[in-house]
Amino acid sequence: MALNNLDTLYRQVIMDHYKNPRNKGTLEKDSVTVDMNNPTCGDRIQLQLDIQDGIVKDAKFQGEGCSISMASASMMTQAIKGLEVETALKMSEMFSKMMLGEDIDSEDMGDIEALQGVSQFPARIKCATLAWKAMEKGVHDE
Amino acid sequence: MDVKAIKEQFPILQQEVNGHPLVYLDSSATSQKPVQVIEAVSDYYKYNNSNVHRGVHTLGSRATDQYEGAREKVREFINAKSTKEIIFNRGTTAGLNLVASSYARANVGSGDEIVITPMEHHSNLIPWQQAAKATGARLVYLPLQEDGTVSLDDVRDTVNEKTKIVAITHVSNVLGTINPIKEITEIAHQHHAVMVVDGAQGAPHIKVDVQDIDCDFYAFSGHKMCGPTGIGVLYGKQELLENMEPVEFGGEMIDFVNLYDSTWKELPWKFEGGTPIIAGAIGLAAAIDFLNEIGQDEILAHETELAAYALEQLQTIDGIQIYGPRKRAGLVTFNLDDVHPHDTATVLDAEGIAVRAGHHCAQPLMKWLDVVATARASFYLYNTKEDIDLLVAGLLKTKEYFGNGFE
Repeated sequence: MALNNLDTLYRQVIMDHYKNPRNKGTLEKDSVTVDMNNPTCGDRIQLQLDIQDGIVKDAKFQGEGCSISMASASMMTQAIKGLEVETALKMSEMFSKMMLGEDIDSEDMGDIEALQGVSQFPARIKCATLAWKAMEKGVHDE
Repeated sequence: MDVKAIKEQFPILQQEVNGHPLVYLDSSATSQKPVQVIEAVSDYYKYNNSNVHRGVHTLGSRATDQYEGAREKVREFINAKSTKEIIFNRGTTAGLNLVASSYARANVGSGDEIVITPMEHHSNLIPWQQAAKATGARLVYLPLQEDGTVSLDDVRDTVNEKTKIVAITHVSNVLGTINPIKEITEIAHQHHAVMVVDGAQGAPHIKVDVQDIDCDFYAFSGHKMCGPTGIGVLYGKQELLENMEPVEFGGEMIDFVNLYDSTWKELPWKFEGGTPIIAGAIGLAAAIDFLNEIGQDEILAHETELAAYALEQLQTIDGIQIYGPRKRAGLVTFNLDDVHPHDTATVLDAEGIAVRAGHHCAQPLMKWLDVVATARASFYLYNTKEDIDLLVAGLLKTKEYFGNGFE
């Protein structure tokens, strides 16, 4: 693998989310807060969700971690805002499949599709799934 | 020391990774194994595999002789007085946990103190947290100097008549600090505290003489010193071990078993419940032969030279933070500004360079350094200055990759 193959991992859109994260910060009003970390590598995220009537009204995150984990959190919060909880969970399931390298209908995934290349870097998959795991936990705790 | 000839004895280092010759800079996590060790383990399984201490048959005797022969080899390696003081287990973690579970639970009480440092690996930290909770003792941290060293004045100020245990790493797996364990032992003993040394990063690199250091316990792992995974050693002074209770009970460690009580075998076997790690011990003995043949002083000199060269070369990179003291063991921990160490490690991996990234099982130390994670390059006898040149080139590429095109 040459250095330029790294471009399958570090897509432009990922680096954009990493350098200009969307929905970074805290919610004034939230119904659920989840703290999650990756004990093996130290990435950590705090995700806040404002869920009303089964709909994710708002989502914000804070955290520290590598480009993949932070970009994924940014993309995830962007994607689930306004979705029904059920749809968000389905999306999370799709994301897990994507990380396993399975073919999925990526049209609905928007920017997130850019993370498809992570599946070729097994050591980095857990970075990408951290935010989604936090979301799943938040929804179940709510 | 002929590093080229040494490297040729490591089959794993002859491969390409991601289209580049492998540059392995993660020996602090685990070292690679020379062909002598691999063959010792495979020969044991091919010709001598049998359970130890019980078979009347020939293979049983061979396996027992090899296993106990490995114990004698380890005794000599660290200059212990007796093989009774050499307990085989699965690694440093197991050794430190045994001391914390058995010795500490029996000898430490409410109001007593256990002294450690913020640079400890989790394996020399959590066992003491747990022991302190169980006994009502207080866990006390020695402060660190700005460069990540321990000052003996601080040790003198911290260790007192309440101190029952001082537990310190020989060499920091993050900072590379080499702690003055002999001097610290002396201070601990002045206050009748026992000295426990986490030797995971010590024994593989520095000639250890437990009688000279005079520490009470010294734990280390085979896999960081060219031996197999799953074998470790706890050295303990005989008079302490004699009075300690085993923490694992079952076969192999008993003398007489009655319906309601049992007695234990003599040292060291009372601490080796169950079928021991026979192949691992034999592989460790082969690793010791291998290291002895090259010479531990030679190995240390080589690593010290590599560390100095790495420090000098890495410092030429703009925007690099390097952690730890100037005088250090063979490892360098660092961060590139604005690049997370995972990303650094991924880019280096694409160049065939293996480094560790993360918190290095030392979360309190990460907090002390005020970082979330770091990257670490660690060296052993098979590394060269060319490896470090490739690391520097890889880091320059990392900077370029993350600096350009993404703004």
